[in-house]
Amino acid sequence: MPRVGLFITCVNDALFPATPKAVVQILERLGYDVDFPAAQTCCGQMHANSGYKKDAATLAGAFEDVFGAYDAIVTPSGSCAAMARDQYPHLIGSDIGDHVYELSEFLIDVAGVEDVGARFPHTVTYHPTCHGTRALGLGDKPLRLLRAVQGIELVDLPAADQCCGFGGTFALKNSEVSSAMLADKCRHAADTGAEYLAAADNSCLTHIGGGIFRAGGPRPIHYAEILASTA
Amino acid sequence: MSARPTAREEILARMRRALDGAGEAPVPPREYRRSLDADADITAMLIDRLVDYKANVHHGLASIAAALGDAKRVVVPADLPEDWRLGGAEFVPDTGLSTADLDGTDAVLTGCAAAVAVSGTIMLDTGAAQGRRAITLVPDHHVVVVRREQIVGHLAEALPMLDPVAPQTWISGPSATSDIELQRVEGVHGPRRLDVVLLED
Amino acid sequence: MSTRIVPAASLIPADAPFPKAAKVALGMPQLRKNLAHATGTIRAKRANVAGELDDWESLRDTASAIKADVQHRLPELAVEFERNATAAGARVHWARDAQEANEIAARIVREAGADEVVKVKSMATQEIELNEHFEAVGLKAFETDLAELIVQLAEDKPSHILVPAIHYNRTEIRDIFDQKMGDAPKGLTDEPAALAEAARQHLRRRFLSAKVAVSGANFAVAETGSLVVVESEGNGRMCLTMPRTLISIVGIEKLLPRFADLEVFMQLLPRSSTGERMNPYTSVWTGAREGDGPEDVHVILLDNGRTGVLADEVGRQALSCIRCSACLNVCPVYERTGGHAYGHVYPGPIGAILAPQLEPGRHDDLPYASSLCGACYEVCPVKINIPEVLVHLRQQGPHQAGERAAMRAAKAVMARPRLWRAALKAARIGSMPWRRKGFLRRLPWPGSKWTVSRDLPVPPKEDFRDWWKERQR
Repeated sequence: MPRVGLFITCVNDALFPATPKAVVQILERLGYDVDFPAAQTCCGQMHANSGYKKDAATLAGAFEDVFGAYDAIVTPSGSCAAMARDQYPHLIGSDIGDHVYELSEFLIDVAGVEDVGARFPHTVTYHPTCHGTRALGLGDKPLRLLRAVQGIELVDLPAADQCCGFGGTFALKNSEVSSAMLADKCRHAADTGAEYLAAADNSCLTHIGGGIFRAGGPRPIHYAEILASTA
Repeated sequence: MSARPTAREEILARMRRALDGAGEAPVPPREYRRSLDADADITAMLIDRLVDYKANVHHGLASIAAALGDAKRVVVPADLPEDWRLGGAEFVPDTGLSTADLDGTDAVLTGCAAAVAVSGTIMLDTGAAQGRRAITLVPDHHVVVVRREQIVGHLAEALPMLDPVAPQTWISGPSATSDIELQRVEGVHGPRRLDVVLLED
Repeated sequence: MSTRIVPAASLIPADAPFPKAAKVALGMPQLRKNLAHATGTIRAKRANVAGELDDWESLRDTASAIKADVQHRLPELAVEFERNATAAGARVHWARDAQEANEIAARIVREAGADEVVKVKSMATQEIELNEHFEAVGLKAFETDLAELIVQLAEDKPSHILVPAIHYNRTEIRDIFDQKMGDAPKGLTDEPAALAEAARQHLRRRFLSAKVAVSGANFAVAETGSLVVVESEGNGRMCLTMPRTLISIVGIEKLLPRFADLEVFMQLLPRSSTGERMNPYTSVWTGAREGDGPEDVHVILLDNGRTGVLADEVGRQALSCIRCSACLNVCPVYERTGGHAYGHVYPGPIGAILAPQLEPGRHDDLPYASSLCGACYEVCPVKINIPEVLVHLRQQGPHQAGERAAMRAAKAVMARPRLWRAALKAARIGSMPWRRKGFLRRLPWPGSKWTVSRDLPVPPKEDFRDWWKERQR
């Protein structure tokens, strides 16, 4: 059995404890021994993408110190996994990113499962987040896992491949453009009539959810929480 | 005194400075296709692509007359085969016609250098039976004869058939524009009608 | 009925920071509708024809590598091009900057005994503002590409690399022709075919009588000294064939080593730009040819900031751009703001990495005009990693003092696990008053930038760390 370290991400650490809990439950259900190194904080993406290279390198170095000894590092964030894989090599000259797996990658590519034994009797639409889909190349992996969930009814999201407008500090620096992108995403989500909008990144879901809470529409949920559900 | 040599030397020096320590780039990989699959019907594909881009397709030498339609004055390259000059039109050999003369013709009849099936592209390089560029440009109707052995499947097969330093015109359908709402509309400044006559042998 | 068209460029401030200009554009519903319609159309077409080729990814890999090779051998290839073009009868000039290029071009026009030129659509001449320079020295440049003609008649500025008038719909174009063309047919409808016919009639006499033409080039082949122009309408062929004098202004990055390299680029470019298997017309010419086309052939090799871009190891990939516009068409930011908001001749994702490099110190806001969604990189036919360059430029550029302090503070906390845990706890306690509600709806600046359109969740009572500790017991 590989030694699996869980990287919960700073966003989940602060705001969404249910998502990393779900990851622990799924992995343990599949027989993995999961470890949570308490010294973890942030992968450094916000700093790197906002132009603070030195600060990002400090945080990347800390990440490597915390997770260097694990065979596999699993994270419920396509964006943070892409950060480690794409940016760490030239930021700190580290290939630790090769051992960082977004949850669906770990489940399908390493564990070799699509059916994780979940049950979720609801209608769900899925938004493929940009970094997970394009930078990480997740393809339909999260969807394949969702399709295997008992009782789920998946509804296609129109213009699914369009960015929700989050983009980290983009949402603040270009608030108006970001809001225009968000409005379209929320409208498409509402048009599906689904109960839930699932995605592989809680940062994007915070953004989309923040819009949906006002305009109405499906409830945002990290797909890990669906996979953990046995209700 | 001209400032030209200075600009040349300065730009070249800037380039060299910018590349200081850059080394060489890796040799480009060449994994892409250079031909279609052996069983591809390239004539059928050429016809399909020509029609898709609103060119008319005719078969056999005798169809040249029909392809010219009701054109009365037809400009032709001076070396156009005599037996292509079919139908009731007056054929005007280009012996250095003026622009006004060209503008007064109804159509132009030429051969070509190559045709690419996959994109429906007819290629001219001012070689045999093609004439200079202006004659295939000013008249509003271009009839081009393509012989079977001039058809290739892929662009990479066509380029070696061209004289690289001769003036070339690659034509894919009649003149068109996508400038209005990004929808393709046929017919602006080039010939608005393109007829292709395929000679089987 | 014809409505007076107000040029979009007169409403969207070109010198304003991107967020400000974008806000103006976002408030123009017709502009947004036109852009969404046009980019949506072209996105689908591009995806279709790119999907037809089973070796698309290999072509991209090769194109990217050829362009990298060109950049690494630029001095050698430029000199090889010059030698071969000169031997074929062209005169090759070099221009360090826009001013020099414009002066050379104007001098050639005068020497040809002309005071007006017809123009093939060219980004290089837009970049150096050749039309404006010509006007200032008493020469007149007539755009002949349909979209450029529309923009010139409307006294507007281009808003897209490939389709400069993308921000106008057919009805607006009809109105522009009606009011500005002078010889527009009576009762002109907004049928695209009728509009194209009006442009044909308007320009035909000018084509047939012009003495001088100005073009750019899509490719410059070093091996042969040839130039390549890719177009659709035949206005390019007219300009490249009919006048006696031809001036082509070519950025030094347009070089290709070999004629056979066109087998790669001429598959990628038309499919990526207009979504066609091949564009209607491609012209290739090498110097001057007796009895065929212009006798007096000039090429102006243009630097204008390009060698500066070349010096940046990460940023130089922007010089691989073949100006197809695929990145603009898929960009969610461009789709909503259009090109004018970028305040540069190269808008969209490619503009966001090219403009700040061509004009260092200006356009520092453009690398931030992206959510880093990566759609541009996915479609780029020469595989320019635009998100990578955007992040790289953000890391080079200046930062606002308040932001820098906040980022540094965040790093200081995140770099120390104990401080980070304390901060999480403090956030949970501090947000207690809003816990029952679960979210914040209105925050003071700069948080207001978020809450203008989104609620912000507050930390829940229990955190993951407590849960984990509990079950470890």
